[in-house]
Amino acid sequence: MAGSSWLPRWFYQLASPRWCYDITGKLLPSFFIAAILLLIVGVVWALAFAPPDYQQGNSFRIMYLHVPSAILAQSCYMLMAIAGVVGLIWKIKVADMVAYACAPIGASIAVMALATGAIWGKPTWGSWWVWDARLTSMLILLFLYMGVMALYAAMDNESMAAKAASVLSLVGLVNIPIIKYSVEWWNTLHQPATFTLTEKPAMPIEMWLPLLVMVVGFYCFFSVSLMLRLRNEIIRRERRSGWVRELVASK
Amino acid sequence: MAELCTNSAEISLGKLFSAVLRRDLLLSFRRKSDLVNPLIFFVMVATLFPLGVSPEPNFLADVAPGVVWVAALLATLLSLDGIFRSDYEDGTLEQVILSPQPLMVVCLAKVMAHWMTTGLPLALMSPLLGVMLFLPVSAMFGMVVSLLIGTLVLSLIGAIGAGLTVGLKRGGVLISLLVLPLYIPVLIFGSGAVQAAVAGLPLEGYFALLGAMLALGMVLAPFAISASVRISVSG
Repeated sequence: MAGSSWLPRWFYQLASPRWCYDITGKLLPSFFIAAILLLIVGVVWALAFAPPDYQQGNSFRIMYLHVPSAILAQSCYMLMAIAGVVGLIWKIKVADMVAYACAPIGASIAVMALATGAIWGKPTWGSWWVWDARLTSMLILLFLYMGVMALYAAMDNESMAAKAASVLSLVGLVNIPIIKYSVEWWNTLHQPATFTLTEKPAMPIEMWLPLLVMVVGFYCFFSVSLMLRLRNEIIRRERRSGWVRELVASK
Repeated sequence: MAELCTNSAEISLGKLFSAVLRRDLLLSFRRKSDLVNPLIFFVMVATLFPLGVSPEPNFLADVAPGVVWVAALLATLLSLDGIFRSDYEDGTLEQVILSPQPLMVVCLAKVMAHWMTTGLPLALMSPLLGVMLFLPVSAMFGMVVSLLIGTLVLSLIGAIGAGLTVGLKRGGVLISLLVLPLYIPVLIFGSGAVQAAVAGLPLEGYFALLGAMLALGMVLAPFAISASVRISVSG
């Protein structure tokens, strides 16, 4: 491994539970501060200073929670599936733990995306819920998360549970492009994607910038909660190894 | 089964497929009650709707496409656990994994046998339910064809869940949690086809979409099924 230079050394070290614990311990404070700062700045900017929408008035402001959580719920699923593949192919224990840690976080973020969407839908569409393609595929995403969590809960053998959940999350990956393109393939009530980094945004820059801050803040928050869960899981699964005993004894 | 147990790798894939298929069909015809139970369940679930919601013919004709499809989906779901269960318990599955023949082909043959004993009879029986629920005769063709294609997709997807849960003592509720989210798209386009048939709209689009799902499932599901069986058996 030392010979290959195109990936930094710490990247390989992430595969070892012990080093992963150390590295995430070093990264955690900066992500924590970044998440708090970005979320506070983003929320204040979005709720108090961004201009109101000319049609929806102030009710559009829930977008600043809805869009980041919807994006993050899908990213989290991708991460879970990718970690699952890495675990399946290279048998890396840390990847299994990442996938395990992703499932409950992703499920709660998906609930948040659906709930904020419902709250936004009531004043704009006149109903909490419509059975259109985007909403339904997002609901399926939540069900997939729940299926993965149920599978983890049902299996006592951890490595077997990790493999089984990876296969399931890989199969469920088929849903991600359906969510993404549902607003283009079907004529839905849900509006098409408004937040892209590659194209000119469809909204004025004063509205778009706080959204960007919120999205980045959500990602930082996600990293913090993922790292916390991951470190917990590392300690729990490696509880019989020497370094964990030393760590516990030294505290 | 004798052909399966030989150590030579010279059996052609087609022969392997037909041997497993024949064995599984034979086994299910030896246990006729297992064969008939999903069909009885299918009819009973469809009976619940007129009794529980409304016996009004116009209303029933409106909901019939959805009811028939949901009933077929649940009947398939209930029979999924049997695909691998008995083979897992008597050790056959372990021998199949040890054999030099590809597990994927064996799994595909087992799924095919499952479909021929549940999905196929369900689809052929569905006109009976259509009559019970006042579905217009013109929509029967759309219903039977959509069920024929759709139930095979359901068997393919369901076998993944069956493979994942076969090693667990109580796989019953879990398998539905794993599989139902993946069934939703099939249900949407399947019942959509029947609704289009009721309205007299062209059906080709729905059949094409169901066929696309079937093609995708046929190609990709065997990988997932064999992986999940391998995990359950060796874990």
